[in-house]
Amino acid sequence: MKAERPEARPIAGGTDLLVELNFDRARPETILNLAEVPELKGWARDNGSLRLAAGLTYTEAMQSELAELLPALAEASRSVGSPQIRNRGTIGGNLGTASPAGDAHPPLLVEDATVEIGSVRGARSLPLTEFFLGPKRNALADDELVLAVRIEPSGEPQTFMKVGPRNAMVIAVCSLAVGIDRERGELRAAYGSAGPVPALVIAPLDARAEFPELVAAACSPIDDVRGTAAYRRHALRVLTTRALERVFA
Amino acid sequence: MKIRLTVNGEPREADVWAGESLLTALRDTLELPGSKNACEQGECGSCSVLLDGDLVCACLVLAAQADGHEVTTVEGLRSDDGLHRVQQAFVDAGAVQCGFCTPGLVVATAALLERVPSPSDDVIREELSGNLCRCTGYAKIFDAVRLAASRP
Repeated sequence: MKAERPEARPIAGGTDLLVELNFDRARPETILNLAEVPELKGWARDNGSLRLAAGLTYTEAMQSELAELLPALAEASRSVGSPQIRNRGTIGGNLGTASPAGDAHPPLLVEDATVEIGSVRGARSLPLTEFFLGPKRNALADDELVLAVRIEPSGEPQTFMKVGPRNAMVIAVCSLAVGIDRERGELRAAYGSAGPVPALVIAPLDARAEFPELVAAACSPIDDVRGTAAYRRHALRVLTTRALERVFA
Repeated sequence: MKIRLTVNGEPREADVWAGESLLTALRDTLELPGSKNACEQGECGSCSVLLDGDLVCACLVLAAQADGHEVTTVEGLRSDDGLHRVQQAFVDAGAVQCGFCTPGLVVATAALLERVPSPSDDVIREELSGNLCRCTGYAKIFDAVRLAASRP
């Protein structure tokens, strides 16, 4: 259907698209309902890796079995909107919208996720680092949809943090996921809402002292209604320090 | 387009346009004005309903997506025996001032107590974080939730 009607707007939980519709910012001729597609639901183990289908909701990502495997994603999911939003909003929708502030993006980047993309032409995989092209722009062609996210969980300590005026219903002023990867000897951090795309910063394991400064230097935030560039850079420096304390605790 | 859904236990039909929200269909077509229309962006929770038992903002559900599904609105909580215990607790605790947020809070509280019969204050705060009240300062609402939880 997406191939026949490339202009169709896909809808899963609707938490982004309905705002556009309600405020008359979009009047799509065709809306493609993905919510009834069973293949896009849930998550599964697959040869040591995890496959999170695009329709996985934030509420589902917070449940204990998945939360133990992907703790930073569970923390990030818990920080999304409200229970009402988390029951509807999906990981695939977060990627499709590709907001620089998408809460699922930093934890998935830290875990080196790849995106499974499908169309009538077949399926392809893309590292998440290559998926985000700009604010609300991603690598999907007009006939493509996000099918799933694939992850090999590191099983090592990781955490997610987010700055906003309250704990609920907040679009991140900035956000950060940090993880240790002893196998590769890496410190990994990914920030959101502090550049045109959510991005990954990697340093050697022994660079803990310099890491907050590296993250602050890597981001490229702007001044906007939610905060200033200087504040975001400062906040990321502080969050990285705190996140390192948590993951090395 | 025509949709068929179950609302408060009854099969209903509605004619909706493709981009219409479930909230608009409930209020304007199905004549159930209990769910309130305020922010239209999922910020305020005053349109909270249950969709297949899950708490959602009706303003963020496409009406067409509710086709074939089950919706419970605040009107559906009442039974022949009278008010739902959450509704009664909001009355008894005086947890209502202007009343605009009340239907959403009642539905959200009912959904919470279904899953967590005796929630702590932290859990109440977290679970009702998507429902805004600009009158009460929430103290009476907390009283109502605790009161509802204490009753069978």
